[in-house]
Amino acid sequence: MKRKTQALVSLTLMGVISFYLVVGLPKPAYAMHIMEGFLPVQWAIFWWIVALPFFILGLRSLTRITQANPQLKLLLGLAGAFTFVLSALKIPSVTGSCSHPTGTGLGAVLFGPLTMSVLGSLVLLFQALLLAHGGLTTLGANAFSMAIAGPFAAYWIYNLTIKLGGKEKIAIFLAAAIADLLTYIITSIQLALAFPAPVGGFFASFIKFAGIFAITQVPLAISEGLLTVLVWNWLQSYNPQELELLKLIKREPQRNESV
Amino acid sequence: MNQSKKGLSNWLLVVAVLALAVAPLIFVRGAEFGGADSKAQEAIAEIQPGYKPWFKSFFEPASGEIASLLFASQAALGAGVVGYAIGLYKGRSQQQKHEE
Repeated sequence: MKRKTQALVSLTLMGVISFYLVVGLPKPAYAMHIMEGFLPVQWAIFWWIVALPFFILGLRSLTRITQANPQLKLLLGLAGAFTFVLSALKIPSVTGSCSHPTGTGLGAVLFGPLTMSVLGSLVLLFQALLLAHGGLTTLGANAFSMAIAGPFAAYWIYNLTIKLGGKEKIAIFLAAAIADLLTYIITSIQLALAFPAPVGGFFASFIKFAGIFAITQVPLAISEGLLTVLVWNWLQSYNPQELELLKLIKREPQRNESV
Repeated sequence: MNQSKKGLSNWLLVVAVLALAVAPLIFVRGAEFGGADSKAQEAIAEIQPGYKPWFKSFFEPASGEIASLLFASQAALGAGVVGYAIGLYKGRSQQQKHEE
C-alpha cells in the first residue's frame, strides 16, 4: 500500500512538473546538432581535441567491461540502441519546431559515462555520414555535448539524487532529462563561443542560441526522462541480476575513471 | 510493486510521452514544425553575415523522402535491438521462474 502511494506521488509529481514546463515556457525555436561546416576551423579542431581523450578512455573501459563480463554485451547493445532510436525520433515541441532526444542517460547510469562517450559518438558518426545530420568537422563539438557532457551529467545527477535519499526512479528520470537538456545548452555555448555577437558578445549570442536549442528541448527532455524510466522498469522486472552486477562493477574501477 | 501495478505505471509512462509529443500539434496552431538546423543557420547569418560553411557533407539524402526513410530505418533498427534484448531477458526470467 505504501509503495503504491509512493509510486502515485512520484508519477503525479513528474506529471505536474512536465505540464508546468511545457505550458509555462512558450517561445519559438528550432533545435538539433551543429551542422557540417558551421563551426570555424579553429573551433572544430578545438572540440575534436577535447573530445578525443574521452573517446579513447571510453574504448578502454568498454573493452574492460566486455572482457570481464561478456554476458553484458547484450545490455551494452541495448544502451547503444536506445541512443540510436531516441536520436532518430524527431518530436514536435511547444515552440512549433521539431528536435530529438539524445538517449544517453540510460547507458551512462548503467555503464558509467565513458562508455557512452563511445556509443554516443558512434550514433553521431552514423548520422553525420548517412543523414547529413551534424557533420564530420563538427563531430568533435557534437560528441562533446551529446556523448560526453550529457552522460557525465547524467551519471553525477543519478548518484547525487541517490545519495540525497531520492528514489531510484526519480534519480533515473532526473539524470536522463537533465542530461538531455544540458546537451543542447552546451551546443548553444559552443555556437556562442564561435559566433560572439558584435554587440553583447558571448552572452548575447548564448541567449540567442539557447532560445533556439534549449527551450525546444524542454518537453523532449521530459519525454526522454519518462522513456528511460520505462526501459529501466523493464530491466528491473526481467534482468535484475545484471543490474546488480553492474553496480558491483562500477564500484571497483570507478576510482580511476572519475574524471 | 506487483507485476500488474508495474504494467500500469509503464503504460502511464507511454501515454505521458505520447501526450507530450501530440500536445504541441494541438495547442501550437499554425506552426511549421520544421527541422532545426535552418534556424541555427539563420541565427549565425544574423550574428556574422559573412560566414560561409567551409566544409560540405560527403553525402546528402537525395530528398526529404529519402531522409525520412533513413531516419525511419535508424529508429527501426534501434527499436529492434531494444525489443530483442528486452524480449530475451523476459523469456529468460520467466523460464527461471518456471524451473523454480
